[in-house]
Amino acid sequence: MESKTLIQTRGLVKKYPVGTGFFTALKGVDLTVQSGEFVGLVGPSGSGKTTLLNIIGALDAPSEGLVEVMGKDLATLTGAQAAKHRSAFLGFIFQTYNLLPVYTVFENVEFPLLLLGKSDSERKEMVMQALEWVGIADKAKSRPKMLSGGESQRVAIARAMVKQPKLVLADEPTANLDAKNSHHILETMVKLNKDLGTTFMFATHDEKVISYLRRKVTLVDGSIQSDETS
Amino acid sequence: MILFKLAWRNLVGAGLRTWLNVMVLAMAFILMIWGKSVVDGMAYQLYDAMTNIEFGTGGQLWHSEYDPLDPLTIEDAHAAYPQELTDAIASDEVATILVRQGTIYPEGRMQTIMVKGINPGQKVMDLPTYEIVVGPTGLTPALIGRRMSEKTGLKRGDILTVRWRDAGGTFDAREVEIVHIMDTVVQTVDRNQIWIPISDLQDMSDMEDQATMIALTEPFEGTPASPAWVYRDLDFLLRDTKDMITAKNAGGNIMYGILFAIALLAIFDTQVLSIFRRKKEMGTLMAMGLTRAKVIALFTLEGSMNGILAFGAGFILGAPLFYYMAVHGYTIPGGTEDFGMALGNTIYAKYGAGLMLGTTSLLFATVVLVSWLPTRKISKLTPTDALRGK
Repeated sequence: MESKTLIQTRGLVKKYPVGTGFFTALKGVDLTVQSGEFVGLVGPSGSGKTTLLNIIGALDAPSEGLVEVMGKDLATLTGAQAAKHRSAFLGFIFQTYNLLPVYTVFENVEFPLLLLGKSDSERKEMVMQALEWVGIADKAKSRPKMLSGGESQRVAIARAMVKQPKLVLADEPTANLDAKNSHHILETMVKLNKDLGTTFMFATHDEKVISYLRRKVTLVDGSIQSDETS
Repeated sequence: MILFKLAWRNLVGAGLRTWLNVMVLAMAFILMIWGKSVVDGMAYQLYDAMTNIEFGTGGQLWHSEYDPLDPLTIEDAHAAYPQELTDAIASDEVATILVRQGTIYPEGRMQTIMVKGINPGQKVMDLPTYEIVVGPTGLTPALIGRRMSEKTGLKRGDILTVRWRDAGGTFDAREVEIVHIMDTVVQTVDRNQIWIPISDLQDMSDMEDQATMIALTEPFEGTPASPAWVYRDLDFLLRDTKDMITAKNAGGNIMYGILFAIALLAIFDTQVLSIFRRKKEMGTLMAMGLTRAKVIALFTLEGSMNGILAFGAGFILGAPLFYYMAVHGYTIPGGTEDFGMALGNTIYAKYGAGLMLGTTSLLFATVVLVSWLPTRKISKLTPTDALRGK
């Protein structure tokens, strides 16, 4: 597999206004992630994992420093350009699944493809393929409220993967799942990473997730404390 | 296009919530159209009746002294026919009317009335003046209205004495025969008056070729040559009627406004609740690649589509009512006698393009506005805050 730099941060600082001062969530983070990695940002609550993930996902802007994803300096993107960037290259998996409640499973997974302007036939084929990857094709017509937590997260993975993005960002994807479902989900993501070459980046403090990571970046108080590759 | 598809999907997916909104809006729409169409229909019937029955489509020439609200003016309100209308009067193209005060004695009781002389062959006013023809008794024929008949007990064929003052101020009297009783919605050509041939009244009053007013089919051009005559156009003649309609419309507009507010409140509430409850959904949409502007457009479109669906439902559900009201009308219990308006017992709804398009456009524009207003909050929402549901 070709290895090239997908994410690069240099001196990344993120400050939030608190009262009359600022809270610094990230304190000069330098990080490089290669294409195809299965990497996790780990650390205790408040260490800056989700903040870093959101900035890499172009959902939030850095206060200082450089963030390049796929060669694009995210600080220079307008809101519309950032949205287009997310739509084209990124997939998101959230702790609480964030499925659209009035849509069926099929429609939830289809959504990113609608934004990309795929044709009806393309969408149908790609959605069913994504549902097959996560083993939930038989639930295509179900609504989210009819699914278990594990099934919902698998739908969320299918939604993130359906457009075959370069990078999937997963924020505490197993926090609401039991051990069995967590392992099932993680095995699915490992397989997709291996089969499709998709880069996965997690923000987690769940030991089950950490055990699956090939690279573990530990954040403490907004700084990288360690960066280990297994 | 994609936003239309998504908005439609959201609406259909929301199920009962959508249909409840749509039904509330549709009912408001139907009631707004219905209420306004009845008032419009009433106004139309009123103008139509007053114009065709009392005034004539071209307005009237009045004697300069004549004031229908001041009986004291009637004594002197008569003058020779205006020369400009000599031919039209000769060919019955206008209705010449002479008004005198008189007294009748139905069932032995004295009653002051207006005696109105009119050329029986006229077709300007929709009155059955062709019925005023001399019968076998040879007496002066007289036409009265249903209300006058009910009040005085006079019936067709009855003979009564009419007393009046002639031009010299001398009292005189003559027997007249009731030859016809007309049923008209316009009370001002019915109550307390009898209609006889103008030639008889002119003869009785010693006012040959004189009239108090002349009803026209076409507007009078310019100013009458004789200062004894003034032209009163329909704007002047219908002034009181218009004031009354304006007053009725004001009441109708209040109801219209209340219904409008209910409809808009339904949309506004739904939108505010949606934005409050669906923040996480907005964050998800932004994460997947929708810009803030598109999220605003999507939510506005959703609200607006409620309006479009409501118009469709309103037209489908309201069509039978609209049709019934236009064809069969709305029968007013107890009639309209006490309203003081020239209306029949049935009011027919009238649907003008202005009413339909105006109401639809106004409602739709406001639905879009109230759908959009709450969504402005989204523009201040960052994707990360939205994802956290903040």
